[in-house]
Amino acid sequence: MYLGRVVGSVWCTVKNPSMTGCRMLVVQPLTPELTNTGKQLICTDTMGAGKGEIVYWVRGKEASFPFLPAEPPLDTTIVGIVDSVHVKRTVEAPVEEVAVLDSPKPAAPVHRKRSRKD
Amino acid sequence: MILARVVGTVVATRKDPRLEGKKLLIIKPVTPDGKDESGYIVSIDTVGSGIGERVIAVSGSSARLAEGCKDTPVDNAIIGIVDEVHLD
Repeated sequence: MYLGRVVGSVWCTVKNPSMTGCRMLVVQPLTPELTNTGKQLICTDTMGAGKGEIVYWVRGKEASFPFLPAEPPLDTTIVGIVDSVHVKRTVEAPVEEVAVLDSPKPAAPVHRKRSRKD
Repeated sequence: MILARVVGTVVATRKDPRLEGKKLLIIKPVTPDGKDESGYIVSIDTVGSGIGERVIAVSGSSARLAEGCKDTPVDNAIIGIVDEVHLD
């Protein structure tokens, strides 16, 4: 499933008969930071999403599952409206520190003194 | 699903028997504001679209769910002719 923002809508009169009544929206895919990524696409809408809303959508044959038992020929469908997104950011170590960590000092060879008992 | 423009036709004599009688069209993906995108796709037409029309194309296994494409070796199908696109 992917994040996207609804940016428009599409109107079709001639279409597959099993798609009658389906809303079709233009969706701009988003990164988890909610910046635009990739090409805009057309998604059918099962949730009643509106323009400007952040949604998540599925790709592939699963996109027709919300319409079961009908099987409309759909490959992208909006299946949820997003309330909030939390992304945990990882703190990257500075390059110098990484370099130190990547090259540990070779372990000093251990010299055992032979005792008299040996 | 993507928006595309029909730019040509394909004729194939030797093909899978399950594709007989299907109309093959060349489509070019376009952005919602009408600009061409890269690449071309050969697609099965299930709605009677013609050259120059803006259409909706579905890809992957969902294309087999289109009218008359059940159990056919198809991965792209035209399933609608676009009247209007509204953008904010």
